[in-house]
Amino acid sequence: MSLRRLGSFVVAAGILIILVAIWLVWHPAIAPTAESAAIPSDRTQIARGADLATIGNCSDCHTAAGRPPYAGGRAIPTPFGTIYASNLTPDRETGIGAWSEEAFRRAMHQGVDREGRNLYPAFPYDHFTFVTDEDVRSIYAFLMSRPAVANRIPANELDFPFNIRPIVAGWKLLFLRQTPLQPDPSKGEEWNRGRYLVEGLGHCGSCHTPRNVLGAEKKDNLYAGGVADGWNAPPLDASLVKAHQWSADQLAAYLSTGWHRQHGAAAGPMADVANNLGRVSPAEVHAIATYVASLSAGAKAVAPTLPAGGKVPAGQPAAVAALYDGACARCHNSRGDVGPSQALSLSLSTAVQGAGSANVVRTVMHGIQSYRTEGGPYMPGFDRMLSDAQIAALVQYVRARYSDQPQWTDVAAEIAKARQEGTQP
Amino acid sequence: MKVSLNVNGKSAELDVADPSTPLLYVLRNDLGLHGPRFGCGLGQCGACMVHVDGEPTFSCLLPVTAVADRKITTLEGLLVDGKPGKLQQAFIDEEAAQCGYCISGMVMQAQALLNRNAHPTDDEIRSHMAPNLCRCGTHVAIMRAIKRAAA
Amino acid sequence: MTLQFKPSRRDVFKGGGSLVVAFAFAPAALAQGAVQGAAQGPAAGAKPVALDQVDSFLSIDDKGQVTLYSGKVDLGTGIRIGLQQIVAEELDVPLASVTSVEGDTALTPDQGPTYGSQTIQNAGMQIRQAAATAKGALLAQAAQHLGVDKADLTVAAGVVTARSGGGRVTYAELIGGKMFSLNLDEAAVPKNPADYTIVGKATPRRDIPEKLTGRFTFMHDVRVPGMLHGSVIRPPTLGATLQSVDEASIKDIPGVVKVVHEGDFLGVVTETEWAAVRAAREIKATWSKTEPLPEQAKLWQHVRTTKVVKDDVTSNIGDSAAAMAVAGKQLKATYDFAIHTHGSIGPSCSVSEFKDGKLTNWSASQATHNLRKQLALMLSLPLEDVRCIYVDGAGCYGRNGHEDAAADSALLAQAVGKPVRVQWSRADEHGWDPKGPPTLIDLRANIDASGNVTAWESEFFIPQGAGGNVDLLTATLSGKPADNLLSPGGITNDSAIPYKFPNIKTVCHRLETTPLRPSWIRTPGRMQNTFANESFLDEIVAALGADPIAFRLKHIDPADSRGRALLERLKQVAAWETRTAPRKQGTGTTLKGRGVSYVKYELVRTYVGIVADVEVDSAMGDVRVKKVYVVHDCGQIINPSGVRAQIEGNVVQTVSRVMKEEVLFDRGMVTSLDWATYPILRFPELPELVIDLIDRPTEKPWGAGEPSAAVVPAAISNAIFDATGARLRSVPFKRDKVKAAMQLI
Ligand code: FES
Ligand code: FES
Repeated sequence: MSLRRLGSFVVAAGILIILVAIWLVWHPAIAPTAESAAIPSDRTQIARGADLATIGNCSDCHTAAGRPPYAGGRAIPTPFGTIYASNLTPDRETGIGAWSEEAFRRAMHQGVDREGRNLYPAFPYDHFTFVTDEDVRSIYAFLMSRPAVANRIPANELDFPFNIRPIVAGWKLLFLRQTPLQPDPSKGEEWNRGRYLVEGLGHCGSCHTPRNVLGAEKKDNLYAGGVADGWNAPPLDASLVKAHQWSADQLAAYLSTGWHRQHGAAAGPMADVANNLGRVSPAEVHAIATYVASLSAGAKAVAPTLPAGGKVPAGQPAAVAALYDGACARCHNSRGDVGPSQALSLSLSTAVQGAGSANVVRTVMHGIQSYRTEGGPYMPGFDRMLSDAQIAALVQYVRARYSDQPQWTDVAAEIAKARQEGTQP
Repeated sequence: MKVSLNVNGKSAELDVADPSTPLLYVLRNDLGLHGPRFGCGLGQCGACMVHVDGEPTFSCLLPVTAVADRKITTLEGLLVDGKPGKLQQAFIDEEAAQCGYCISGMVMQAQALLNRNAHPTDDEIRSHMAPNLCRCGTHVAIMRAIKRAAA
Repeated sequence: MTLQFKPSRRDVFKGGGSLVVAFAFAPAALAQGAVQGAAQGPAAGAKPVALDQVDSFLSIDDKGQVTLYSGKVDLGTGIRIGLQQIVAEELDVPLASVTSVEGDTALTPDQGPTYGSQTIQNAGMQIRQAAATAKGALLAQAAQHLGVDKADLTVAAGVVTARSGGGRVTYAELIGGKMFSLNLDEAAVPKNPADYTIVGKATPRRDIPEKLTGRFTFMHDVRVPGMLHGSVIRPPTLGATLQSVDEASIKDIPGVVKVVHEGDFLGVVTETEWAAVRAAREIKATWSKTEPLPEQAKLWQHVRTTKVVKDDVTSNIGDSAAAMAVAGKQLKATYDFAIHTHGSIGPSCSVSEFKDGKLTNWSASQATHNLRKQLALMLSLPLEDVRCIYVDGAGCYGRNGHEDAAADSALLAQAVGKPVRVQWSRADEHGWDPKGPPTLIDLRANIDASGNVTAWESEFFIPQGAGGNVDLLTATLSGKPADNLLSPGGITNDSAIPYKFPNIKTVCHRLETTPLRPSWIRTPGRMQNTFANESFLDEIVAALGADPIAFRLKHIDPADSRGRALLERLKQVAAWETRTAPRKQGTGTTLKGRGVSYVKYELVRTYVGIVADVEVDSAMGDVRVKKVYVVHDCGQIINPSGVRAQIEGNVVQTVSRVMKEEVLFDRGMVTSLDWATYPILRFPELPELVIDLIDRPTEKPWGAGEPSAAVVPAAISNAIFDATGARLRSVPFKRDKVKAAMQLI
């Protein structure tokens, strides 16, 4: 190849790459809606949208503590920096009041905002891309019918190079698959409905699937367990280690009340999920449960070998036993029945058996307080009552008494992290 | 078992039969304090609330042996020269008690808020007071009292 | 009237003033937390407690200090200061010189249990009459003493002077420390309200400063020398029998004194309170399995099919059956109201002590005279050998667990021969206090072509029984004597309506039984019944396209001027806008509505009208009660700040009950055993309140402890209807019911 031809090839290739890049990066702005645009008023559709938005846990990220729901502003920590969730209320200036349905759908399916900017994948459009147009319409109707709240969202605080938005295009090229889900005819209708909700709106994989270095879910390792706000999100697949087999019915009860007699309470971020699912139609929750239960169908339950009262742990100082008796045993009793606050014997706890102490540490420190208004499992946070050393000793005591596993090695680090994450009211 | 405590600025040496005994029982039964009250023993109601190093804390779930030398303040500890402190006086002025069983905990919880935010908004008061239950429906008067103290 | 200061009884109280010293001893000793002294006050029977004696109610010591002996007790409602105001006013003494002894069966008259919003209007009037009698006698004696005509006398601050001049004499000089030995004079004329200087004035309660400084002694603070602690381990399911107890299972807990095991009663007595808590949670016992309860999901079916033992017809005007049979617009609806628990913030607590075979019991019982009889029955003791003393507890709002805790402590004290304090756990209180029974109500109405309501019929499905004694749990569990009666309170009240329709029939089907031991909880029956009546009335109003307040004004008794005035006032206070259909106001998913509700309590007393503003998130089904306007006429107001506090409490507590509360149970037992499973209202959910009191100084004073609660549920339901067009007929108005009513699910 002559130099000249090579040169023109390079130029052509360069142009092509630029064109592709532009095609990837550049999206047209979608015109704002007219100020006078009618607020959706179909009550059934709005209620449907409310259910769907609730399944999508939209309000969890898009609501800052003490602020109106969906008004955004919550800081979402990511490995790349902090992202501030947008305002989803129909305020024209600071929310999505000027967004057309088309703009909203593009955001859900392609991760692009109305002005044409790429959205960071903290917004899980890799899941929302599966949501049908019909359902997107309902969610849009719901959001547009909510009270508008003026709340200007601070700029994201991302590290270089992640603060360069176009880089997201590359991420999408690698990880965003916009092919709609095809129903699996070999499975029942409910399972398929559940799969649609779990893979799509529910975006369960966001927490329960491990992520790669670029923050994308590992598609070859679906539902093998992940991390959420410092908590371990346990596997949902057959690698799940649990005391009792989850049936779909049990899971449905757990998902909508945050608690099940044989499995205990949903805590941490999962408590918010359960709080949300408690508000949606039981049929939808059951569908979700049916699909999720099928993911771990092959797993064997490991019934607890320890009695409800655990075993007297060797080598634990008496002072720690006193801590447990004074602070914990009032609810976590040794009789094996349901204690106050819907507490169960800790020998049933998956977290106590787990490889890391993250969830036990956080439960002890932050408690379980999400159900306080509506009723449900409860635990006070001990972060202000006990010192780090006391919490560490207590956590190890629980591990020794209620599991046959070796003592944890990450307790001090997890306590430090949990302190950083802040306390709950 | 011997424990020493620092309560309302005084130190006390005590003999506790069971090291798991929660602070609440020691304050009430050994030190004879009537401020902190037993309501649930589960950290659910706030009747037992005291300050430990200035932080509002459920004393019903805090084993006394875990307290060590931290500073404990009860309702009695908010008295100034034996007279009601500002917040206590505001509760008195607003008659913010019916049966009054929850009130000690309410005062301790509210005081913790005022200590770090002298002029809280209504919403801040409401959300800060959320852990504390009152069955008599004294909430409206309690809100008035807190606002009076914060004015 | 002749002077009747008989010295004959003075020797009972040796040393002149010892009577008052002895009396004063009880409260003073309590304040110091050294209660044992109270039991050694005057011997039972020394001081009269009969209702027809002035001395039963009042004494004046040689310093002029007045002691009021009240059978009614202050349950945290502030009634103490109200009664003291009445006494101070009537006697013309400074309020500060009046103190009270309450609910001590040896010292105070049996004025009936403190319930039903009756303290001021019944007991208060007895006390006023006693004071008026006393004052008449004092003036007569003063006239004699000063040698002037009685009509010439005037009293200020306990000092009697002659208007014409010439001397003065104090009450203390006239009677100090002696007894009146007077029959209560029904004809004694109380003071003219126009001359009131104390009654009708907002007057601060004296207990509040003490409660804010930690100086107050609650029942829970009572300590007796040598006292042990006890707790009771209840069966895991109702009616389960105790098969075995493993006493060794608690041997490691320091300070266990005794395991008491009698029938199905299982208790532990320990040296410290914490040991009692630990022993109760750790002791191993085996129980039989029982399933006595209906499935919660089928509760209303169960209530509907429970055997009816009798029908109480509470009103029957015209011929409703015939009027209902005429063709017209027929309306029908069924309402229900969940089982509620009292939910006292301080679980029940009591101390018992036996001395020489005689029992003294301290508790926060609202009916110590009844409790005395019950304890005597249970323990087969002569009545004289039981003394019950009231000490303020946490608010109880009806018959909660106080009496049962009293019986627990009595049984344990007897078993160990030492004083025993029993402190119930949270689960004891939530699980075992008697409950407000489930109430089911069917309503029907017929409207003729010209829009007249021609017939109103209602059927209430409520357990049999009335007030009275609720059986002691301890007696039932231990197999000791008990009355075996259902006592749900006067729950047929307000089943009849204050509206004049030509044909009305209201019937209470009294059921043989109800799933959980029932008792009265604030506004028993009146709340449930008023909920159904006032909501159904709103249904009629909507069907007619009428305005809810105008319709009520049109149909209450035209002669009932106070009712009319109240509704008119409510219109002003709430800035009511006339409407004839649900307005469904608001934008998007946020709908606002307001509802009204009205009651003439038990058709004979306190009037209350209320407007509630709600906000409904019509997509999520969330309801928030934003603001409540109350207009209240309880006649003569004794203490406006007390009345206000009562109304605030009623409204806030009832908003909690209506929006959130429901006792949960499985086939064996209550499962909502704490605040986690039985959530109540918290600060963030608090509505704003506007209270308007109509004072009628020349009318009889009526109760304020309950009536304003009765109207809250319907006002909220009607407000939700105004906001959404959906009707909530089942308490609590939880989200799924709201969504179902709005046909969102
Ligand atoms: S008694 Fe401690 S929180 Fe209720
Ligand atoms: S005043 Fe009675 S519980 Fe709050």
